[in-house]
Amino acid sequence: MSNISISDTVSKELPLKTKLRKAERRNKMRAYSLILPLGAFILIFFIAPIINVLVLSVDNPLLVDNFPKTVKSISQWNPTIDELPAENVYAAFAAEMKKAAKEKTIGRIATRLNYDKGGIRSLMTKTARKMKRMDVTQAPPKGTWQKTLLKIDKRWGKQEFWATIKNASKPLTAGYFLAAIDKKYDNDGSIIDAPDFKQIYLIVFWRTVWISALVTLTSVLLGYPVSFLLANMPLRYSNLLMILVLLPFWTSLLVRTTAWIVVLQTQGVLNDLLIFLGLINDRIQLIYNRFGVIVAMTHILLPFMILPIYSVMKNISPDYVRAARSLGANQWTSFWKVYFPQSVPGIGAGGLLVFILALGYYITPALVGGPRDQMASYFIAFHTNSSLNWGLAAALGTILLFGVLAVYWVYDKLVGIDNMKLG
Amino acid sequence: MKKILKIALTATAFAVTVSFAGISTLSADSLTVVSWGGSYTKSQVEAYHKPFMKKTGIKINSEDYNGGMAQVKAQVESGKVVWDVVDLEYHDVVRGCDEGLLEEMDLSMLPPAPDGTPAKQDFIKGTLHECAVATIVWTTIYAYDKTKFKGMVPKTMADFFNIATFPGKRAMRKKPKSNLEMALMGDGVRAEDVYEMLSTKAGVDRAFRKLDTIKDHMVWWEAGAQPPQLLADGEVAMATAYNGRIFNAVATENKPFEIVWDGQVWDLDLWAIPKGAKNKANAMKFIAYSTDTKRLADQASWISYGPARKSSASMIGNHAISGVNMLPHMPTAPANFKNALKNDFEFWADHDDELTERFNNWLAK
Repeated sequence: MSNISISDTVSKELPLKTKLRKAERRNKMRAYSLILPLGAFILIFFIAPIINVLVLSVDNPLLVDNFPKTVKSISQWNPTIDELPAENVYAAFAAEMKKAAKEKTIGRIATRLNYDKGGIRSLMTKTARKMKRMDVTQAPPKGTWQKTLLKIDKRWGKQEFWATIKNASKPLTAGYFLAAIDKKYDNDGSIIDAPDFKQIYLIVFWRTVWISALVTLTSVLLGYPVSFLLANMPLRYSNLLMILVLLPFWTSLLVRTTAWIVVLQTQGVLNDLLIFLGLINDRIQLIYNRFGVIVAMTHILLPFMILPIYSVMKNISPDYVRAARSLGANQWTSFWKVYFPQSVPGIGAGGLLVFILALGYYITPALVGGPRDQMASYFIAFHTNSSLNWGLAAALGTILLFGVLAVYWVYDKLVGIDNMKLG
Repeated sequence: MKKILKIALTATAFAVTVSFAGISTLSADSLTVVSWGGSYTKSQVEAYHKPFMKKTGIKINSEDYNGGMAQVKAQVESGKVVWDVVDLEYHDVVRGCDEGLLEEMDLSMLPPAPDGTPAKQDFIKGTLHECAVATIVWTTIYAYDKTKFKGMVPKTMADFFNIATFPGKRAMRKKPKSNLEMALMGDGVRAEDVYEMLSTKAGVDRAFRKLDTIKDHMVWWEAGAQPPQLLADGEVAMATAYNGRIFNAVATENKPFEIVWDGQVWDLDLWAIPKGAKNKANAMKFIAYSTDTKRLADQASWISYGPARKSSASMIGNHAISGVNMLPHMPTAPANFKNALKNDFEFWADHDDELTERFNNWLAK
């Protein structure tokens, strides 16, 4: 007979359910705290910079910050109705020009506007130099500021220059994205094609996709037989061969690319060999062209193709091929109809990996390619380091990022990411 | 007890080493001087850096770059200025000064000439700027390998573009500056009309059309040391280059190169200080020292660039290594200066951005 009531036991000890929930939550907290450093790292060094790039691609602070009155008054101007803006725009512009000239901010603003219209930089700096000496608090020297500015330079009477300023006067702009797809704003704000000599980025994006696809194809053609060998050889030899596959993988990328320069250059090893063997009489151009880029990129991306295919092949049971042979199939049919379909997930995984890596490649085409072989990343680097047009670099980078996400999405729909086996 | 002793000993040793290291870095002033590398930087190291280090004890770190305001701009705008003195082309100085990226020069610190002429009059007209002090007059020419062309040799700018008569690859700088001018001059435009033409769309189109005629035969170089290397390797038959680099290849390495002076595009190089540089006082001292009469003349004995001071001209002697007389190899020597074009720095300060963009697009197609 127990004198202890059930309620006593319940109040003194927690029921099993609560204990279980508490234990589970403790485990969860422990797991989260273990990955918290990694999460923080990814957030700070990966997600935050990407968000920064996205912001840079639309950010347009220069005119809004430095020419606020001009921006306000020019928003009233409708280019389709009036040829030129009103006098108050000219007046505000003249005053703020003088201020910018004195504070030495005119250079950056002129450079920014020059991205939209070539030639406006020289116009702005010339006007700024003249405005520096004028007194904007008094009446304009030529009666109106419009006449004064026209006297400084006739181009202030042309709609296209004022339209450029108007189109650049919003705090957020689509201008960089338009430039990245070879378009621009017209005088009235509509979207038209960029001038002929500026049209380059669509060609470049197409070239990037084409080279990546070509490299993926050559990687499959060269990598599949190697993976097949690795998967079907006795363990002792396959380990040695695996080291040979991985060793270049562990060598510096720059060293490998430079090695290709030595091998492929006109006075280099390969040309010397071909001439020695008497196969050619004149040295052939193997580098600083498309051939060099494909060869070097395939070499560098090959391990990324070999390893996924190998891991899939390792899991293919030999029973199926044996069964096919025993049923009368010849070597080729049993390979093509029984073995190959089972290795396709590996090709898919390796292909996706190689394609996405190739899309972003910068250093190899920059070193072994000619000017006509540069991919999108070269232009992103150029605009980041040399022309300092960070808006355009960010826009190009964003387009590349979304392109890669689109490829990933298509692959997911077709094959399913969960079905991807990397071994 | 033993453990505490051990820890105390290690800590003291550590502290002592750190403080020694701290002292040694504090006692030596240093300057970061940035220039174009190769034999040009070598001439500056011999003529300016070494005597300056000996005289003042300030250590000079020499760094290389390939021109342009981009790195200076990035440093100034991010607030982390690492460079103290930069060797810039004139149009970059104009642009940089306009945008507030360069410190203003204290021109009163420049020493007078040995005969007492004040610096402002001793420097060639147009070589002193409120943000920079000129060191040399240099020029872009083209050179060819004498052993490749027997009999008929290239003599004019038009010959550079003549693949039929003078077969072989060409090399040009991977920037539009000087290339567009040479293209127009090679197309028959007179030197005095070049910039007027380049200010019009038709003129720029004409220059690019001329470059199109040799585009497929072109190798593009970025560093000044590349053209002599390309010529020596046999990669190209003719290459545009900075004249001093070709002279050095001939004088110190006995290369069989010949310079064609026709159609040369000459320019100035100037010392400037990026805004917010940490060692501005020492930088000014260095600039004042390296641009005095003797130093500029010494520099001319290491590489064939003309000094920016009039008083240095009489002190130009022979090459420091080969003993060749330098005067006939100067860009401004009368025999070389017959069809020369002065680089229009205002034109390039204004139009560099859009012409570079057009040039890069043209390259990539």
